[in-house]
Amino acid sequence: MKCDRCDKPAVVHEVNVKHGVKHEIHLCEEHAREAGIIPSLGPEPINQMLTQFVVSQKTKKRKRAKSKKGCPECGLTFTRFRQKGLLGCPVCYEVFDAQLGGLIERTHNGGTHHAGKIPQRAGGSIDRQRMIQRLAKELDSAISAEQYERAAELRDQLQTLELEKPGNQDGP
Amino acid sequence: MDLDPTAAWNIEQAPHSDVVISCRARIARNIDGFPFVNRTTDAQNHELLNLSRRMLLGSELADELVWVDLHEATAHDRRLLFERHLISKNHMESKSERAVVISQDETLSIMVNEEDHLRMQVLAPGLQLEKVYHQINHVDDAVEAEIDYAFHDRWGYLTACPTNLGTGIRFSVMLQLPALRMTNEIDRVRRAANDLHLAVRGYHGEGSESAGNFYQISNQVTLGKTEEELLAEFQEAILPRIIEYELHTRKVLVEKNSVLLDDRIHRALAVLRSARMLGTEEAMNLLSRVRLGICLDRVEEINRQIIKQLFLQIQPAHLQQHLGQELSPVEMREARATIVRQMLQ
Ligand SMILES: [Zn+2]
Ligand SMILES: [Zn+2]
Repeated sequence: MKCDRCDKPAVVHEVNVKHGVKHEIHLCEEHAREAGIIPSLGPEPINQMLTQFVVSQKTKKRKRAKSKKGCPECGLTFTRFRQKGLLGCPVCYEVFDAQLGGLIERTHNGGTHHAGKIPQRAGGSIDRQRMIQRLAKELDSAISAEQYERAAELRDQLQTLELEKPGNQDGP
Repeated sequence: MDLDPTAAWNIEQAPHSDVVISCRARIARNIDGFPFVNRTTDAQNHELLNLSRRMLLGSELADELVWVDLHEATAHDRRLLFERHLISKNHMESKSERAVVISQDETLSIMVNEEDHLRMQVLAPGLQLEKVYHQINHVDDAVEAEIDYAFHDRWGYLTACPTNLGTGIRFSVMLQLPALRMTNEIDRVRRAANDLHLAVRGYHGEGSESAGNFYQISNQVTLGKTEEELLAEFQEAILPRIIEYELHTRKVLVEKNSVLLDDRIHRALAVLRSARMLGTEEAMNLLSRVRLGICLDRVEEINRQIIKQLFLQIQPAHLQQHLGQELSPVEMREARATIVRQMLQ
């Protein structure tokens, strides 16, 4: 989907419903920053970034029921995370996946996938991991080269790989 | 607790040591099967501590390590460890069951039950980031051989705060930039660093302002790149330029403004040699100027190693340690002035 104000791909999607009328906003990174939706870059405390962070309304609704109850493993709610800036356990990363994705990406200046060291015991999943790393890197360079079609392809491939992961539903 | 002020990380003979005081690589790791420390019960904290003790003391690092139970340590000992950058402020002040493991030469420290189960760091004097990276990586391998880390295929090593996610690695350097401070150029350095996603902090990390013209710079991004890429970026992005900028500014001061420069340096030395009471921050600022004088050969009779030792010895817990007694704030200022006078004679 393209940005409302230019031809770049939109990275922020906001759906607001006012008096029964749906308003959709789609903005590229630059215009989202200009509109104050994405905070300007630079090291900021994570909970400060959070209050300015807009999550796609759709995913928010789907996840809301879940996140209100909190993490089934440690009981942390997303509200609590917003206050403290700390997650409670590894499972939190799965439970709050939808809310965390964009936040993590911006905190890490566009980083979306681990590319570094892998514990030797992770064994079987390493090949897929390497593949994901390679694709993620290609995706980065496609985006910085403004090859958006290629980027979209890569993103799809990455998503497929993510879904194929054994134990993807059960957490790490 | 017996700690040597001439510990390995505190010596003066090191690359770029005229500007770079020390460097550090830190890794955040959590043990699989436990909540992060902010959601653990007392029983789990206890279990984590026992597990870590068995694991660390049983690892191949074992004969180098000293284990300190911080919940049982005195406030004085905890403060000593903090002043030596071996534990964080948070770890010094927290109440829960926690520990730190230190190598004999104090270059390695592992905080157990800090924000993450394990916070491991390697310190070295001067600019030796490759070296500290290889050492911390080796430590990480040794620990990983003993336990399973919380690891996620997409997010990498899982940490309590998403800012540490992925590699969990942070590189930092402690710089001393008196010339840039003197010429009010320091804000430009701050801005440039922020633009490159680097954090700038003071001597004791977050919140501590730039007493003694110390500036600690570290990388913020930990996800999406390999450890080697992060290290290369951190080393190449801005450090050489800051070092060059400080050295250039020092040179300009010598060439164009040597009277002012000598006045600042020798005035600082005179105060340090005659004051009868000194505050920590005041002493650090004056020592920084004298150190600049030594680096620029404007002061010849004092050894730089003495100044580096003094930065540590004028800290409150180190002063009390030196005198073997508790001191009131006034006695502290007096004791500080005395030790400085003695060492600068
Ligand atoms: Zn746009
Ligand atoms: Zn949880």
